[in-house]
Amino acid sequence: MSQDVEAKVKSIIVDKLGVDESEVTHEANFTNDLGADSLDTVELIMEFEKDFDISIPDEDAENIATVGNAVEYLQDKV
Amino acid sequence: MNLSLEGKTVLVTGGSRGIGRAIALMLADNGADVAITFRSSVDAADEVKKLIEEKGQRAKAIQADAVNFDSAQEVITEITEDWEKLDVLVNNAGITRDNLILRMSEEQWDQVIDTNLKSIFNYSKAVAKPMMRNRGGSIINISSVVGISGNAGQSNYAASKAGLIGFTKSYAKELASRNIRANVVAPGYITTEMTDELDEKVLESIKEETPLGRAGDADEVASTVLFLASDLSEYITGETIRVDGGMAM
Repeated sequence: MSQDVEAKVKSIIVDKLGVDESEVTHEANFTNDLGADSLDTVELIMEFEKDFDISIPDEDAENIATVGNAVEYLQDKV
Repeated sequence: MNLSLEGKTVLVTGGSRGIGRAIALMLADNGADVAITFRSSVDAADEVKKLIEEKGQRAKAIQADAVNFDSAQEVITEITEDWEKLDVLVNNAGITRDNLILRMSEEQWDQVIDTNLKSIFNYSKAVAKPMMRNRGGSIINISSVVGISGNAGQSNYAASKAGLIGFTKSYAKELASRNIRANVVAPGYITTEMTDELDEKVLESIKEETPLGRAGDADEVASTVLFLASDLSEYITGETIRVDGGMAM
């Protein structure tokens, strides 16, 4: 299950930010490493919400800055 | 490109009376499905809803207090769930509580700032995500020439109407990359229930200060909103258009 979440998160990121899968490492920061602007990160969160069918409050979203943050947060929620 | 709003959905806050009503009806005339919010005038809101439906468009009249943050979210959710998307938001809800600064109460100040300015934040924030998903949108915020020129006895109203111009420009910059446009329409002296409260002397002097020499009609504001809602204005964002007979130039 946790592997599934990680794969799904990474595929959403690859799709949304148009980056290469090899760049989407655990430590990669959306803004600094993957070239996302502030609206891209909002859209990424919206995409997670849609694909995992959950709602991510703004205060949680602010703490999701890296691929690892997203994977851990979503593993915890689903 | 044309003026038609065929297939577009619209929300007009404060749409049961005055300028908001004229906007709601004109946008429906041009093919939009139109939802309005209203605070207290149930009968007037029902009438607007009926008139929109008679034009063959879908309509909603939702009772909501524009000051309430959560309520704005609920209104937008209801519309986007039932109609799948929201293309155009017209922030029109507004009140006046006129008084000289020397006599103005804290309550008069707060009521006007909350209703006229906080409401703009509430609704504009609530539509941002749905409009991003929808790959675009148009927001039109109704200001006033008073927000540009100031007016004795209306410091609260003028502050709220000037404030929303700054808000709109910031919003336009933040969301331009997602094809979401935000513009302001600033009416001058338009005959509505709100201006009916002014006394004869004030009205005469307003006419004298207006180069076109007459009061405007709510439809003349609505037609400018229609332009900004339509694809004809697709390269315009962050702009303020005065509809004031030349008053504030």
